[in-house]
Amino acid sequence: MIDLSSSESLVSDDIKINKTVGNIYADDAKMSMRNVNVFYGEKQAIKDVSLDLAKNQVTALIGPSGCGKSTFLRCLNRMNDTIPICRVEGELKLDGDDIYAKGLDPVLLRARVGMVFQKPNPFPKSIYDNVAYGPKIHGLATNKAELDEIVVTSLQRAGLFNEVKDRLDSAGTGLSGGQQQRLCIARTIAVSPEVILMDEPASALDPIATAVIEELIDELKEKYTIAIVTHSMQQAARVSQTTAYFHMGQLVEVGETDQIFTNPSHELTENYITGRFG
Amino acid sequence: MNSSTLVLTLLILALFSYWLGIQRSLKVAGGVSRARLLVSLPRQFGLLTGFWCALPALIVLLLWNAFESQVVDSLLISSFSQDIQALPNSELGLYLNDIKILAENLSAGLSSEGTESEKQQAALYLLNIQNNSAWIRTALILVIAVASVAFVVSRFSMEFRARAELEKIVRWLLLASSGIAILTTLGIILSVLFESIQFFSAVPPWEFLFGTHWSPQTAMRTDQVAGSGAFGAVPLFAGTLLITFIAMLIAVPVGMMTAIYLSQYASAKIRSIAKPMLEILAGVPTVVYGFFAALTVAPFIRDMGSLLGLSVASESALAAGVVMGVMIIPFVSSLSDDAINAVPKALKEGSLGMGATQSETIKLVLLPAALPGIVGAILLAVSRAIGETMIVVMAAGMAANLTANPLDSVTTVTVQIVTLLTGDQEFDSPKTLAAFALGLMLFITTLALNVIALKVVRKYREQYD
Repeated sequence: MIDLSSSESLVSDDIKINKTVGNIYADDAKMSMRNVNVFYGEKQAIKDVSLDLAKNQVTALIGPSGCGKSTFLRCLNRMNDTIPICRVEGELKLDGDDIYAKGLDPVLLRARVGMVFQKPNPFPKSIYDNVAYGPKIHGLATNKAELDEIVVTSLQRAGLFNEVKDRLDSAGTGLSGGQQQRLCIARTIAVSPEVILMDEPASALDPIATAVIEELIDELKEKYTIAIVTHSMQQAARVSQTTAYFHMGQLVEVGETDQIFTNPSHELTENYITGRFG
Repeated sequence: MNSSTLVLTLLILALFSYWLGIQRSLKVAGGVSRARLLVSLPRQFGLLTGFWCALPALIVLLLWNAFESQVVDSLLISSFSQDIQALPNSELGLYLNDIKILAENLSAGLSSEGTESEKQQAALYLLNIQNNSAWIRTALILVIAVASVAFVVSRFSMEFRARAELEKIVRWLLLASSGIAILTTLGIILSVLFESIQFFSAVPPWEFLFGTHWSPQTAMRTDQVAGSGAFGAVPLFAGTLLITFIAMLIAVPVGMMTAIYLSQYASAKIRSIAKPMLEILAGVPTVVYGFFAALTVAPFIRDMGSLLGLSVASESALAAGVVMGVMIIPFVSSLSDDAINAVPKALKEGSLGMGATQSETIKLVLLPAALPGIVGAILLAVSRAIGETMIVVMAAGMAANLTANPLDSVTTVTVQIVTLLTGDQEFDSPKTLAAFALGLMLFITTLALNVIALKVVRKYREQYD
């Protein structure tokens, strides 16, 4: 039997997180982050996190609520810039280039590092216009035929084309939750990003729609580097190759997903994945 | 007792009844210690008793006051001799008035010498009736108050549901309060409507709605030299539209850009300064804008015009329109700001997350999503501009010119209503009645605009909730 009072104390400061356990380095890193600190005003949300995202792999960021995993994800395409009191320190690189470099336009970065959000957020436009939105603003298509081509391939890649091919002109908000989320994925890949960040992409969906999205993520990694924040450990186990466990703003452990879920090295990780807290 | 003393007495009685109700309920329960055995709280017994004391008596008082004068008049008339009763209504009214004035004089101790004894007698009779009526009223009201208290107290028992009855009464009171606003609106509509119907029986609606000549001066006496009395309202509608259009030309772009800046670009510090400033702008009394328009803007526009060799009227539509536009800016900006802020943050992030710039996000995602709300805001602003009175009274002209030239002087519907109704006027000539017809047009227009605006805004709200 597990003594509840002692497991409570396990969560608190009794266990020190001195250094991330496991190998933070990837052989073929698409993005590499070193000593990242994030502050909201005075409050430190991320403490000294270093992590690589391996190319054409899915990296899952897991951890209890408020552990900073979403904050970390949002640093990777500078979405935190939209929050005035947020401050990011450390070294964050995409293909070896500092993404927080002075003079670098976050707009261009976000075209390379796309993002899919927790709640499906299609624009109140037609399905076609939702997908065509990014290519249009980035000037990726020179004529209508090219734009059509991009829209169709993106929808196909997101596994949505067959369901909506007859009603591309109807509103994107009229689709079901799962379809809306795939539309958002199609919208993101229409810009041809290199990295896709997903912030709990299936948390607002039912199990069937979730399974479809997970299958899709698995296919997408052939072309893209993916980082996914998830609350579901099963999901992390199913879709990812590397798993990073966050706790109170710190990165506790990184490792191959199989190893993390079968044989975690750190006590906190073990407590979390065995469901002792979370 | 007169009405106000009666009401005051009733209130004191109600307070006493409150205390009485509490005491009675405690007695029914058998002491303070056993009060919790009652179905309702003693306080609720007290409130119920208080309401029972005041409400029926107040209602009877209201009804009495409403019908007293009619009853007294008919009693008085029935005391007149046959030949006076046979007089036509208007003369009978005058006769009644004479007697009432005489009666007032008598009760004030003034001498009534020189009047016919028949009238004097009638006046004395009237005083007698009034006196009796006051006594009967006071007695009736007090009896009703005491009787209702006795009735409700007699029903008190351990199982008496004072709370349920109290809540029923309160619900009716709330309903009656909300009824006041509805009834007032209805009353305004009806009064304007009836006066307008009277006007349209003198001037055909066709001429009013489509006539292009407005000159409402009519002769009050037959020997007076005055205008012919032409009631073609088209110049007024045109003037109103012209000024509203100019106002919108200023208010919509400036207001929208203000809203975009404040909601999307401004730092918290700037917002904390700019928002209150806009609210102050919205709080400036329109009469002050009127000074500003008439004394500062209008001469400035005239001088500028003469520099450019244009002839500008000193009361130009442009001056009134520009100032009205400035007045409406906070209205448009605040409502558009709400509409833009109501767009879910997820949409904005979705767009930014795909590498759209802030300006692309605003133009392509936020504004289209907020468009229904913004349209609603603009429609409300238009209806506000059409109904605005003080600025145009002070800054726009009186001359009913039918022109599209903003440098000319035009007049508006509201200005004409004000000029038609100020000063000594007889209330049955087409001239004054025309004001009601104009009011009706104004009412219909703004009502339609408001209804459309609210519909649009509501439809838009449903989209994201």
